[in-house]
Amino acid sequence: MNYQLDFTPVIEGLPALLSACLGTFTLALGGMALAIVIGIGGVVLRDSHFAPARWLVKSFVELIRNTPFLVQIYFIYFALPLAGVRLDPTPTAVIALGINGGAYAIEIIRGGVQSISKGQIEAGLALGLHKAQVFRLIVLKPALRAIFPSLTSQFVLLTLTTSICSAISAYELTSVAQRIESDSFRSFEVFGTITLFYLVISWVMMRFFALISARYFSYPVK
Amino acid sequence: MTSHTDIDATATGEAMIAMSRVEKWYGAFKALTDINLAVRKGERIVLCGPSGSGKSTLIRCINHLESYQKGEIRVGGTLLGNNARTIDAVRREVGMVFQHFNLFPHMTVLQNCMLAPMRSLGASKAEAEASARSLLGRVKIVEQADKYPAQLSGGQQQRVAIARALCMRPKVMLFDEPTSALDPEMVKEVLDTMIGLAEEGMTMICVTHEMGFARKVADRVIFMSEGEIVEEAPPAAFFTAPRQERTRKFLGEILHAH
Ligand SMILES: Nc1ncnc2c1ncn2[C@@H]1O[C@H](COP(=O)(O)OP(=O)(O)O)[C@@H](O)[C@H]1O
Ligand SMILES: [Mg+2]
Repeated sequence: MNYQLDFTPVIEGLPALLSACLGTFTLALGGMALAIVIGIGGVVLRDSHFAPARWLVKSFVELIRNTPFLVQIYFIYFALPLAGVRLDPTPTAVIALGINGGAYAIEIIRGGVQSISKGQIEAGLALGLHKAQVFRLIVLKPALRAIFPSLTSQFVLLTLTTSICSAISAYELTSVAQRIESDSFRSFEVFGTITLFYLVISWVMMRFFALISARYFSYPVK
Repeated sequence: MTSHTDIDATATGEAMIAMSRVEKWYGAFKALTDINLAVRKGERIVLCGPSGSGKSTLIRCINHLESYQKGEIRVGGTLLGNNARTIDAVRREVGMVFQHFNLFPHMTVLQNCMLAPMRSLGASKAEAEASARSLLGRVKIVEQADKYPAQLSGGQQQRVAIARALCMRPKVMLFDEPTSALDPEMVKEVLDTMIGLAEEGMTMICVTHEMGFARKVADRVIFMSEGEIVEEAPPAAFFTAPRQERTRKFLGEILHAH
C-alpha cells in the first residue's frame, strides 16, 4: 500500500459537495411528494369499481417494480423529448423518482387501507358520508399510520436512489462528486466522503419521518 | 335539503319504516325471506333470534349498508332504491350503533361527533360543536370530549357512538347488539342510555338479547330465525306465551344462559 491519501481536492470541493446535498434533498423531497400523490391516487384507482383503472394501476405497478430504475430514468429522459416534452435533468429526475417511488407506495399504502376494518367504513357511510369522504376523512390517516414504518424505509431508499440520477446529470451529490473525482482522480477520498454524507442524509430523512409520525400519527390506540 | 321535506311530508300518519316482501341474497344464499315489518313513529322494536338468523342483515338493509333484491323498504316515506339520492336521504335520517362501536380512532370524542354534521349536513363548526357537547352531556360523557377513543372504556365508547349518531338528529335509531362486546359491568350504562332515548320517544330498532331491556322498553319483540320473521308480540305475551316452537326453544336457551 503506497497510496497517499490526499483530501485537498475534497476540501476544495466541499462547498460544491455541500450544496449538492441540497440538490439531493430537493430530488428526494420532490420525488416523495410525487410518490405520495401517485401512491394515494393509485390506491383509489386500484380498488375502484372501474375495471380499466384497476388494470392500468396493476400494470403500472408491475412495470415499474420489475424494471431497473436506471433504465426507467433513461427512458423518461430520452423518450419524453420524442413526445415533444423537453425537461431539464433535475425535473426529469424528480418525475422518475416519483414514478418509481409511487409504484412501491401504491402497494404499501394499499396494505394499510386493507388493514382498516370494514366497521370503520360502515360507520362513516351510516353517518351519511360519501365513499370519497369516508376514504379521505376516516380511512386514510389510520391507514398511513399502519404502514408508516414501511413507507419510511421506502422513502429512505428513494433518497439514496437519487444518486442514480447522476446518470442524466441531475444536480445532486453523486454527480458533483463524480466531477471532482474525474478532475482529481482522488476516487477513494471523494467517494469515502460522500458515503458519510449519504449516511447523514439518510439519518436526517429518518428524523424527518419520525417528526411527521409524532406530529400526525401519535394518537393513542389500544 | 329536499330529502328532509320528502321524508317529513310523507311520514306523518304513516309507518316510519315499512318493509314489505323484502328478500336479500348474498350470492346464492338467501339471507332474508319475505320480510314484512312496519315501525310507527316512536315505536321501539327489539329484534332477537339465534346467531346467523339475519338480524343484522335486516337492519343493515334499512340504511342500505346491504342492498336488497326484492320487495320494498320505505323510510319515512322515501322508497329506498339502489341510487345515491335515496340512500343519502335515508342515511341522514337513520342513525346506527354497532356492536364494536366503530369510533374513529384518529379523532377525539368531540371530533367523532362533529364530523358527519359538518361534512354531511353542512353544519358550521360552532353549530356542530355545540350540538356535540350537548349530546355528549346527554350520554353523560361530556368531560371526556377531548380524549381519544382508545382512552375510553368500552361502555364509554359505546355511549360516544350513540351520541355521534344522535348528532345527525336522526328520526330512527338502529342498534346492532350494542352491548354484546362489552364487559358485563358496562352493559348497564349503555342500556340506561338507550332507555333514556326510548323514553324521549325515539323510534328504535334494537337487535339485542338483553331481555330485561326488551321487557322494559319494547313495544314489540320480533323473533327471527333462518332469515324469516317467525313471531312478533308485545314483550309480555312474547315472553310468557310464545306461540312458535322455534321461539320457545330460543327463549329456553337464552334465559338459561343468563
Ligand atoms: N357479507 C356476507 N356474505 C355472505 N353471507 C353473509 C354475509 N353477511 C351475513 N351473511 C350470512 O347471512 C346470514 C345472516 O347473517 P346476519 O344477518 O349477520 O345474522 P345475525 O345478525 O342474526 O347473527 C348468516 O348465515 C351469515 O353467514
Ligand atoms: Mg348480527
